[in-house]
Amino acid sequence: MVGGRGLGTRTLRLYLPLAFFVVAMLFPFYWMLITSIKPNRELYNARIMPLIVHQPTLKHYVDLLSQTNFLTWTYNTMLVAVVTTAVSLVLGTMMAYPLARMRFPGAAVVAIGVAATYLVPQPLLFIPMSDIINRLELGNTLKAVMLTYPTLLIPFSAWLLMGYFKSVPRELEEAARIDGASRLQAMLRVVLPLCTPGLLSAGIFSFTLAQNEFLYALIFLAKSDVRTVPIGAITELIRGDVFYWGQLMAAALLGSVPVAIIYSFFVEHYVAGLTAGSVKT
Amino acid sequence: MSVAPATLARPAPVAGRRFSFRGAVEREWVFSWLMLVPGVLFLLAFVAYPFFYGIYLSLQDRPVASAGHFVGLANFVALARDRVFWQVNTNTFIYTLVTTVLKLVGGMAMALVMNQQFRGKNLARAFLLLPFIVPTALSTIAWMWLLDPTFSVVNWVLLHAGAITSGFSWLGNATLAMVSIIVVNTWRGMPFYGITLLAGLQTISPDLYEAAAIDGASLRQRFWHVTLPVMKPVLIIVTMFSVIFTFSDFQLIYVLTHGGPANATHVFATYAFDIGMSGGQLGLGAAVALAMLPALAVVIVLLTFYLRRE
Repeated sequence: MVGGRGLGTRTLRLYLPLAFFVVAMLFPFYWMLITSIKPNRELYNARIMPLIVHQPTLKHYVDLLSQTNFLTWTYNTMLVAVVTTAVSLVLGTMMAYPLARMRFPGAAVVAIGVAATYLVPQPLLFIPMSDIINRLELGNTLKAVMLTYPTLLIPFSAWLLMGYFKSVPRELEEAARIDGASRLQAMLRVVLPLCTPGLLSAGIFSFTLAQNEFLYALIFLAKSDVRTVPIGAITELIRGDVFYWGQLMAAALLGSVPVAIIYSFFVEHYVAGLTAGSVKT
Repeated sequence: MSVAPATLARPAPVAGRRFSFRGAVEREWVFSWLMLVPGVLFLLAFVAYPFFYGIYLSLQDRPVASAGHFVGLANFVALARDRVFWQVNTNTFIYTLVTTVLKLVGGMAMALVMNQQFRGKNLARAFLLLPFIVPTALSTIAWMWLLDPTFSVVNWVLLHAGAITSGFSWLGNATLAMVSIIVVNTWRGMPFYGITLLAGLQTISPDLYEAAAIDGASLRQRFWHVTLPVMKPVLIIVTMFSVIFTFSDFQLIYVLTHGGPANATHVFATYAFDIGMSGGQLGLGAAVALAMLPALAVVIVLLTFYLRRE
């Protein structure tokens, strides 16, 4: 492993493929960034070398923020993501706790039901769901998506949290109950605090899923002032054949920032959540 | 000393002739069901009910704004005669199969590369996962511009490298559009495989590799006879998850091609959307969506039981 040969193998086995993966995964984001700061005369001139920016400008950002409802869309997206994450975390915890730690009639059926609803993809449900939302007269309100996103997030959170709840020794809870704590108190004061990493994982994962949701938002939010960022960008920055590329890229980049920031702080928890379902720890 | 008062501290179940609210709530099954009820009701109302309502709709001729009437299996018969529907079947299977193979092989390669020791590993992992966490519709917008008919940077690079003499119409040609959605889906999904499989690799004990090395196994043999067998459960779960969500993919294709050109990239979800939402035929649209069910059900049932067994 000494000298040139070791470095050679390491280059071949590590540095080259790693560089390939990093460049391949990040290039579209680089492209988003530089497109968003190119003036139109650079964007729409096939003769100018496109890989770098020659005269950067913030014009697209200014236009995006001043001429479109982008800030409203951002507010809507965040509001919906926060509310649905909170609701899903509470209901998911309430479902996961007994399923993971208690014996009661019906437990197996509910557990299978949770797993199955987790795996039922939205496209199977969106047409009947659109009719239901219409009948509830919730079209073009954020309530429509606040009601429908948790159908994804509750089973997901419950499934993820069950693994964490199972890992807390039963003796701890029993000790608390012997000391006079009720079942609810034992759960809130003993088990849940020990599962903070699991709650964080489920919360962060739900938040990113809520930000990523597209289909229900597309169907239910047809007015500009209730739209979320992805829907606003797709429907209002593309008009017929006219694409406002600079603004589209600025919107895509700004729309990704909240998720990216939260993700960068909690990347370990995110990865833990990602792998909890498939890798036994 | 500590045992005796402890048992005395909870006399309720023993003395429980008189009904007490607290005593009832403390019973395991009562507590469990009190906790479960809100979530179960929600899922019944917004997953189970829509599911069965969808089946009911698929048996109706139901324009969006008016009452429907029962037509039996007429919607499914109409689909069986619809050439686009059969193309949708083919497209969906090709899309799912090719992307799954690419993501699995690419993700495994990514995991093996990342499973080596090097500085900045956590940072690299965080960057590699970005395509998976950024909202799909937004990253797909970037890909639209990367594949733009006139200003595609992919074409620019290929042209200037002398590989081609005129630019490709990535999203305008039937075959290339399929290639494009496959590439973008692979780009987005590969990190999920890569990072999950990496976590799986890290659970393999180094002793196993040492033992295999002592027995004279080559790197390749170690991969086939140590790594893969140990990773089998993780590989199965990750792949089945990914198959479910790729098979029913909507937003990537809707944003990138809208199912075009000439239905060449339509999959079940986008076709159901076109018929049910844009076309306003809820019954027929619901039937298209339900056509996903047989294939999907096989995977969902397998995975549900596999997860339960684990």
